[in-house]
Amino acid sequence: MKSKTLAKLKDYLPLYLMMIPGLAYLIINNYIPMFGIVVAFKKFNVVDGIYRSPWNGLKNFEYLFTSNDAGTIIRNTMLYNVAFIIVNNVVGIILAIMICDVLHDSLKKLYQSSILLPFLVSIVVVSYIVFALLSHENGMFNAILKASGKDPAQWYNDTTWWPLILIVVNCWKGVGYGTLIYIAAIAGIDNSFYEAAELDGASKLQQITHITLPCIVPSIITLMIMSVGRIFYSDFGLFYQVPQNSGSLYSVTNTIDTYVYRALIASGGIGRSSAAGVLQSVVGFVLVVSVNALVRKISKENAIF
Amino acid sequence: MVLSKGSRIYQIIINIVLLLVTLFMILPLVLLFMSSVTDENTLIVNGYSFFPAKFSLDAYRYIMTNSATVFRAYGITILVTAVGTTLSIIMVTLMAFPLSLRDLPGRNVLSFLVFFTMLFNGGLVPTYILWSSTIGIKNTIWAYILPNFLMSAFNVILVRTYFQSSIPYDLYEAAKIDGANYPTIYWRVVLPLGKPIIVTIGLFTGLTYWNDWTNGLYYITSSSMLSIQSLLNKMIQDIQALSALSTADSGSLMNIPQVSIRMAIAFVAILPILIIYPFLQKYFASGIMLGAVKG
Repeated sequence: MKSKTLAKLKDYLPLYLMMIPGLAYLIINNYIPMFGIVVAFKKFNVVDGIYRSPWNGLKNFEYLFTSNDAGTIIRNTMLYNVAFIIVNNVVGIILAIMICDVLHDSLKKLYQSSILLPFLVSIVVVSYIVFALLSHENGMFNAILKASGKDPAQWYNDTTWWPLILIVVNCWKGVGYGTLIYIAAIAGIDNSFYEAAELDGASKLQQITHITLPCIVPSIITLMIMSVGRIFYSDFGLFYQVPQNSGSLYSVTNTIDTYVYRALIASGGIGRSSAAGVLQSVVGFVLVVSVNALVRKISKENAIF
Repeated sequence: MVLSKGSRIYQIIINIVLLLVTLFMILPLVLLFMSSVTDENTLIVNGYSFFPAKFSLDAYRYIMTNSATVFRAYGITILVTAVGTTLSIIMVTLMAFPLSLRDLPGRNVLSFLVFFTMLFNGGLVPTYILWSSTIGIKNTIWAYILPNFLMSAFNVILVRTYFQSSIPYDLYEAAKIDGANYPTIYWRVVLPLGKPIIVTIGLFTGLTYWNDWTNGLYYITSSSMLSIQSLLNKMIQDIQALSALSTADSGSLMNIPQVSIRMAIAFVAILPILIIYPFLQKYFASGIMLGAVKG
């Protein structure tokens, strides 16, 4: 018996060896930094490093919350995520339904490819394109405003339009992802449903609300869990690059991720930076686990784990 | 197929809407290109436009002849993408194959170790301190490759699921009876049969490396180590980043078409993606759909 186990282990040994590079990477890149969150409870200095720096209790968190920043970044992060989830899913579903109904295969392919294209463009390049539109001196929007006799706007100093701008840019860049998933879901619907509905004289709209939408609910839920679980995270590039890190826009563009970075590079900011980071990790973790638990309760097959 | 009047109208409407959406998706990239071939003075006087009054290839000419910085940055991006993607594929598949074997002792614990990294992380500060101070990769090529992107847990789970569902277990048994050990099976059976999923994750990993600017932001301070995205990031506020290293005429900023050259470099940065996209479109699409199916 014992020699058999031993032989089996010898057989398996190469498999464990294969995993060493991957496991080592996870330990360095993921697990050691997890223990590093203690830095949020320390008065960090570079000389002593994380483990020898003196403890600081909850001072970093106090500092974070007594400034106005905590409220702003949490509000911005969550509200933008809610807006992104709603806009991208609604637009994605509408586009997917339309694309699936297109009869010409070549047109269908054209639409599908062009919708995904912005997804592949780096956010730095996106910020260049947005700059071409919004630049104060020679942006296209200001040229149009001037040509129609209106005053040019100071886009990068004026917070008014930024929530809309960010929602549009995010939709432009990201809607293709959801659209493709919904196209796959719609393509999987049994065609006989539609044939029967047509025989019964159901209108296009009725077919959509009674067949298409109910059939893609699992996909909608899966995408929703993933995005709600990440509601405490934001796309650093979108909020840092696209507004060009403009200080006068912080009230509407500062999110947890941009705050963590800016505090980290500010002198003496490492305490509040790590406090905000820990807050994000912990709340983010609780959110993913609880959203998933909730979904498990309602419909087990849609849960992610 | 004969269409009723109602569905003909529906077809016309959705095609018009989708054509408008297509324009909305593509026009920003067209604007980027047009700005890069607009004459510098026209840009300054008339602003960015789809229909510039005067064309000029000065920006591209400048890049071709004068800018060692751009070439070097491009080279770094290509190197990082190639090395990063290759290493990533090796590590992901080496991790995913053992985890795909149902009878591997400790499989659940190990899978959980991988999965847990998707739920919880230490955040930027400890990660930054570890990579930059403890390991010391600042201003090396590894700063672009190692942090964050080398092995994504998501890809491991995706690949593991694919191996499990698409490679029949009997094949392993048969190979073992023929005297093959696990490394041989990995090399001769798993990699060839796993090609579709390997191409897919390779494509997305490559895209991540090509487009990433964050590792450059965190870990690169030396201007001779900038990748193309990091160079673009630096140039947003500071055109000096470009002239700092331009070998031919350093110091004479006057000669650089400052506005159009940024657009030209940005366009050059996405050009490879625009070129390969039509050929690899289906892999991108299938990769996204795979990702939506839970692992």
